[in-house]
Amino acid sequence: MSFEKELEQGRFYIPECLACKKLVWPPSEFCDNCNEETSLRKEGCEGKIIEFSRQNEEYFCMVEFGDSIRIMAKMIALPKKDQIVKISKCGISEGSYFFQVI
Amino acid sequence: MSKVGIAAYGTTPFTKDDQKIESILHKSTNDLFQKNPKIDKKEIDAVLISTNNNSKYLSPILSEMSGIQPKIAHSIESLCNSGTNSIVSAFSYISSGLADIVLVSGAERYDSPGQILEWDNSRGEFKHPIFWASIFSKSYKEKYNISDEELAIVSVKNHKQASKNPNALSKKTYTVEDVMNSKKLTDDLKLLDCSRPCTGSASILLASEEIVKKYTDSPTWITGIGQKTTSAGFTKNTSLSSMESTKIAGQSALNMANRNISEIDVAEVHDAFSVCEPMILESLGFTDPGNGMDMIKNLHQTNNFKINPRGGLIGCGHPLGATGISQTIEIIEQLQNNAESRQTDNPKTGLIHNMSAAATSSTVLVLEK
Repeated sequence: MSFEKELEQGRFYIPECLACKKLVWPPSEFCDNCNEETSLRKEGCEGKIIEFSRQNEEYFCMVEFGDSIRIMAKMIALPKKDQIVKISKCGISEGSYFFQVI
Repeated sequence: MSKVGIAAYGTTPFTKDDQKIESILHKSTNDLFQKNPKIDKKEIDAVLISTNNNSKYLSPILSEMSGIQPKIAHSIESLCNSGTNSIVSAFSYISSGLADIVLVSGAERYDSPGQILEWDNSRGEFKHPIFWASIFSKSYKEKYNISDEELAIVSVKNHKQASKNPNALSKKTYTVEDVMNSKKLTDDLKLLDCSRPCTGSASILLASEEIVKKYTDSPTWITGIGQKTTSAGFTKNTSLSSMESTKIAGQSALNMANRNISEIDVAEVHDAFSVCEPMILESLGFTDPGNGMDMIKNLHQTNNFKINPRGGLIGCGHPLGATGISQTIEIIEQLQNNAESRQTDNPKTGLIHNMSAAATSSTVLVLEK
């Protein structure tokens, strides 16, 4: 499981349990349900905006992927609740993840 | 389970002072001993430290500085509810028979590393607590049709109550207009909606029934304890307009005390941000979902100090490791009718609600005289 290696390259892949297929979040080597190993589902994914607010000119949103993974992401345009979005930028900066959606 | 009571307490003022953590721990402990000269330090079995400070070996250090040689000495860290979690640990040591007397001392500096949970990468670059508070505020306001002006009443009320508290960080009172005109942090949060980190310490001495009665004629008993952790990460919260961990911890504490929420006469609740207070009151069952602000408005208009008499975190300041202990001391003073101009009307049963990291964990205590 190399979630962070992929994230460092600007790719956001959802971790999934190899055995029970549960989506595992936060990313981990092991499934929190059955304790088996996880791998990355190497495909693009769409998320849904659950809630948002704004600081200065930037919006920050809670975005849900696959009904169970929720992250906080930046958005430039005005978001709408339940809007379907994609990760446009992501990575790791000074140890912290960052995500941007469009 | 054997009875556990609180025999003594001490505190420091909450300030923005640059003081060593060891020094402020010692000050509140010293205050406790000065107020209770009958306490025999040789009888203290355990010294528990509540803090998020990175200094090491603080319990043995405080023990040495205070002239105590305990059997049990260690620190407890759980972000903002370290204080009440330490009290629960002390309770457990005593009720299990491993200790008869436990000193719990909590302290924090204004620059505490516990203010931001670095692990929680689900928050992306939005790790500061103002971001989860903004999401809670937006969600709560929309769900229950609450305005920013209405939420501002929480800050107005709690600053008013803190102005009666000599140890509070804030001595100023504010109007709704002041809160609305304070610095805009996000679209859903103003500066005066926020509690502020500060430097402060609070200490209490817990003991078994027999020993409590030896040290005080007016003991306060811990009759209910409830704790719940639903996650560590903010984004795992299933609801953004209520607090699941608070609901469960509150019910557990009331069940243990064999009380209903209607029997709670006075409460200290964890108003880290304005929106937290109505959410907590609803999650504890003081009022129905969506009616928290009606209750708060009524308390404010009638000058009733039932909720957060010491001024809450917003008025008092929030030295993380000391907060839960300071909340507990306020309820003790209320039950002993020693709260001076903050005194509520002859309370018999009090409640403390202390939580961490966007309500991912909550601790609730019930106290009775």
